Amino acid sequence: MTTQQTRADARPRAHVRPGRFELDAVRGVVAREWILYGQSWRATTFAAIVEPTIYLLAFGFGMGALIGTLAGFSYIDFLGTGIVAVSVMFQSMMPAVINTFIKRRYLRTYQAVLAAPVDVREVVTGEALWLAMRAGVYGCVPLLVAVAFGLRPGPGAFAVPLIAFVAGFAFALFGIWISSVITSVRSMDYVFSGLFTPLFLVAGTFFPVTELPDWVQTAAMANPLYHAVELIRGSVFGQLTPGSVLLHTGVLLAFIALMWSLACFQMRRRVIS
Amino acid sequence: MSEFRVPFPLFVIVIGVRFRGNAAPPAEKQWNRRGAAVYREPMTTPPSGRSAAPAPGGPTDVAALRLGGVVKRFGTLTAVDGLDLEVPQGTVLGLLGPNGAGKSTTMRMLTGQSLATEGRISILGHEIPAESKWARARMGVVPQHDNLDEELTVEQNLRMFSYLYRVPRRGRREAIERAMRLAQLEDRGDTIVDDLSGGMRRRLLIVRALLHRPELVLMDEPTVGLDPQVRQELWGLIDALRSEGATVLMSTHYIEEAERLSDEVALMAAGRIVERGVPSELVAKHAGRTVAEFTAGEQGVSGLERLLHADGFATRRTGITVSALRAEEIPETLLEQLGTPHRRAANLEDVFVALTGENVE
Repeated sequence: MTTQQTRADARPRAHVRPGRFELDAVRGVVAREWILYGQSWRATTFAAIVEPTIYLLAFGFGMGALIGTLAGFSYIDFLGTGIVAVSVMFQSMMPAVINTFIKRRYLRTYQAVLAAPVDVREVVTGEALWLAMRAGVYGCVPLLVAVAFGLRPGPGAFAVPLIAFVAGFAFALFGIWISSVITSVRSMDYVFSGLFTPLFLVAGTFFPVTELPDWVQTAAMANPLYHAVELIRGSVFGQLTPGSVLLHTGVLLAFIALMWSLACFQMRRRVIS
Repeated sequence: MSEFRVPFPLFVIVIGVRFRGNAAPPAEKQWNRRGAAVYREPMTTPPSGRSAAPAPGGPTDVAALRLGGVVKRFGTLTAVDGLDLEVPQGTVLGLLGPNGAGKSTTMRMLTGQSLATEGRISILGHEIPAESKWARARMGVVPQHDNLDEELTVEQNLRMFSYLYRVPRRGRREAIERAMRLAQLEDRGDTIVDDLSGGMRRRLLIVRALLHRPELVLMDEPTVGLDPQVRQELWGLIDALRSEGATVLMSTHYIEEAERLSDEVALMAAGRIVERGVPSELVAKHAGRTVAEFTAGEQGVSGLERLLHADGFATRRTGITVSALRAEEIPETLLEQLGTPHRRAANLEDVFVALTGENVE
């Protein structure tokens, strides 16, 4: 390759009207996160493995010894699949709330990114997509740990990464929306105590929602984590019906559509004055 | 290990395919998702000298920047108040004004991160905010506040933005190396940004905006907060940019910087342009050749000012010193009453004070 050719390659291609929503821009945002991940993957992987292991040790051996079966499952089967969904939520929603807020408020990351040909919708999508991919991978870790603890999955377990990805995308968008609503770090206390805790307890993760009062069961229907749990548990043990797949997937997709719109709208209000 | 220093199997699991930016697909696929026509070719090989020829196929009469009657209000505060400004392609324009003059707000409106309350903004022929993204693809932005990723290396910071600016994959390395060369950071590629000096960080911030060879560069106070020596280092970098024929809009409140780097300066106060022109011509027009600085004696500062104003001389007061503009025109009889002055060459700050009554810094 001649020097002249190399120089020409370094320049951007012809400037053509960019689309309103470009995958290249989303890819750029994801690539940025991937580079950052290169700095932190050890810590992230450590947390992703250790946390579910401790949960399974504590609840599996502790509670499992007291509870034989639950809703027709052995407790380790019930808990193992529940923790997959909880892990997905924590892997996606927590960094979405915290990291997005810090990037916007303190690091001025979005100011830098939005000075490039990237729009708010692409930033939101890219951030959520990255967290969903991460959740898709790390969400499987608790399942592997549970297998080591005695869980025997069916072939449907191969669908777990995909379910974790979709649920992770939903939770990441939810987190980004929350991060663009709150105005200070202190507000996060409300989010963690008032939102995270009921979300992951009223979702059939540690115990079935059928044991809860009727109104809580009804509220659980609006909890995306509940639908993620049902999809994961159902697929791992081959208990999904076309109707249940449609219902749970439909709710998750509707939640994604709603959260994407809210996150884009609110983030735009925050970063464009 | 992948190029991102993550074990390759994990890389494949997470991403599926490696990011290729705009490398592999043909040019149309990089930008043209909607089948729109090619607008123009990118900046050509850097022309020599200041007269940058427009890119082949590009419009020759399109101003790099055009603002008409732009107003920006934040509640009851009017930050920009009817701003009219046009910057021809290939020009370096210094936007000079004190803090609070509306320079940064103007810059934010140009990047689409703030929306004008009234008026029209056009960048390289693209209407803002409707075509902001298109405009941003053709310009580079150097922010006032450092927003580099501190935990990443110099090279990683540049690579990240090469993706965002859609630098083709096969030219990415060359673009990054060129940027590091320009910033004199060739041997610092693997250095974490947090370990760089203030000057190095600022140089990196500037070249980060040049990765895609923009036709227009916006610089918002590029040397603010730096010591004079580092500031002069950065001037060399901006000079290099000038020699490539790029259009530059640079806001600053450093008089010396505006005079040294700009083809033209626009003086901004209270959200509008109060005067514009070539620095030396502005100085000659409003402040003459020399300024005489009189230290107040028995007659006091007010007495000095009264005498000078009576003869029609514009003055500025600094502590107990009164400076008279157009000092070369002060008659001997008046000098006898005022005392012996310290004479110096007139500068842009004198012009600014003469026009607005405010000091720039």
